[in-house]
Amino acid sequence: MGMTMTQKILAAHSGLDEVKAGQLILASLDRVLGNDITSPVAIKEFARLKSESVFDRDKVVMVMDHFVPNKDIKAAEQCRVCREFCHEHDITHFYDVGDMGIEHALLTEKGLVTAGDCVIGADSHTCTYGALGAFSTGVGSTDMACGMATGRAWFKVPPAIKVELTGELRRFVSGKDVILYIIGEIGVGGALYKSLEFTGEGLSSLTMSDRFTIANMAVEAGAKNGIFEVDDLTLAYIKEHKAEAPRVFRADDDADYDEVITVDLSEIEPTVAFPSLPENARTFAEIPEIRIDQVVIGSCTNGRIEDLAAAAEIMKGRHAAKNVRVIVIPATQQVYLEALDRGYIRTFIEFGAVVSTSTCGPCLGGYMGILAEGERAVTTTNRNFVGRMGHVKSEVYLASPATAAASAVTGRITSPWEVME
Amino acid sequence: MKYTGDVIKYGDNVDTDVIIPARYLNTSEHSELAKHCMEDLDRTFTERVKQGDIITAGLNFGCGSSREHAPIAIKASGVSLVIARSFARIFYRNAINIGLAIVECPEAVDGISEGDRVEADMDSGIIRDLTTGKEYKTEPFPEFIQNIIENGGLVKTVAEGKI
Ligand code: SF4
Repeated sequence: MGMTMTQKILAAHSGLDEVKAGQLILASLDRVLGNDITSPVAIKEFARLKSESVFDRDKVVMVMDHFVPNKDIKAAEQCRVCREFCHEHDITHFYDVGDMGIEHALLTEKGLVTAGDCVIGADSHTCTYGALGAFSTGVGSTDMACGMATGRAWFKVPPAIKVELTGELRRFVSGKDVILYIIGEIGVGGALYKSLEFTGEGLSSLTMSDRFTIANMAVEAGAKNGIFEVDDLTLAYIKEHKAEAPRVFRADDDADYDEVITVDLSEIEPTVAFPSLPENARTFAEIPEIRIDQVVIGSCTNGRIEDLAAAAEIMKGRHAAKNVRVIVIPATQQVYLEALDRGYIRTFIEFGAVVSTSTCGPCLGGYMGILAEGERAVTTTNRNFVGRMGHVKSEVYLASPATAAASAVTGRITSPWEVME
Repeated sequence: MKYTGDVIKYGDNVDTDVIIPARYLNTSEHSELAKHCMEDLDRTFTERVKQGDIITAGLNFGCGSSREHAPIAIKASGVSLVIARSFARIFYRNAINIGLAIVECPEAVDGISEGDRVEADMDSGIIRDLTTGKEYKTEPFPEFIQNIIENGGLVKTVAEGKI
């Protein structure tokens, strides 16, 4: 029986010629990632391991992104634990205020992941790196601790769903609309335990930024990981960001899939996920007038330069609707600089938005844009669970940067097609 | 490794909130957690569970939050093994990582009744219902996973240099 992309990567990392779905394996790791919330717990566990050092100081990555610059004393203490640990173990890739960014945007930008890698992170959106043709998945703090000590982790080899892409996206439609559509079709448990493997001729029309967004939200369909077939665009990205030499794994022709889903990209419309599950996807024919109080553009899902470009194109020369608070958060320092150079920051501020330093902040209801009771936000983040961005009676609507920007213009949930055409 | 015990049977989708309600998460003391295990699903559990007992359950056992307290509470209450049709992904990881034996076997779940005495041989993957005499076969765990479980979890196994 042939293997899927994910199965091949896992086989290669466990020294086996072949693995099959359901098999338990011990794999070697290329990166072990943690953030300011999960690392302190892992560091405590690490102490119990009686391990003198981490397995490889170049392969452990810690990013302070959820609550920094420190939102309160507790956040400050947590960052201090990470900082001291990284100092003690001489960790090469420790990113603190000043050079940090949202982890899943930062690692790819810094070239810390390449095609064929096997990566774990104590953060559920670690699956983002699948866009580069890597296997990456979110784990708990115990796994992170043991991964830091041994450079290995055990996995149950996942079965897969193949997503065959055809066609080309229409204007103002992006990767976010694609993944919201797919989650709407298969549901939040639709890919439980499994890999979502993206392939097909439609791939060539998706930018890397689209692919990162899609892989990022694979976990919202319950998937263990999402992964894209590597093409010239992937290889160019890897080269540009000076990542290590790629190892390209292609699925065998006779690879076994539990299901094959075909998505015609040319039929995807601007899509919004209604509260309180990412699977509540709707297109504008089914969306009534809904007034909003806040728009957030940012996060590991949609805080890249392409995302800010999409928002800036719509905001340029316009002004935010009255009573709508607009918050723009470039995902990394590099994205911020680039947005500055391209004049987007001026566009955002003239539009009436605030622009923040990189942080997860409002995405998880941390700080920097918490919602009050009854308030509604359109956001480019990835989860709209009850209370995710503030009060339990506030509402979060997930959308693309273009849809979020169009909604900021009108003050109600609005399609970019309405504003721009 | 062999586990022998009497069966306590539950249905589908037993979630981590009923395994150990969030109101008790202010402690990570194992014996404290055991006192409240299954409280919101089955008030009789803590009284009737005996050392070595085996839980059988339906689909998606342990769904919900990623809290490691859930498998810890089950293990600390004396349960030696959980047999389910399937486990939620994170619970599956956490159970092995804290050293709670688990196995997926839909046929055994269907065939075994509440109160039956069951013996599970983890090396051969054979589950034997001693009350009815029926046998069920599962894929045994590879050695390194069995080692993690028998050693009492991943942290201990790594600390002892066994992985
Ligand atoms: S931006 Fe949101 S989803 Fe992404 S890592 Fe931060 S908190 Fe998690």
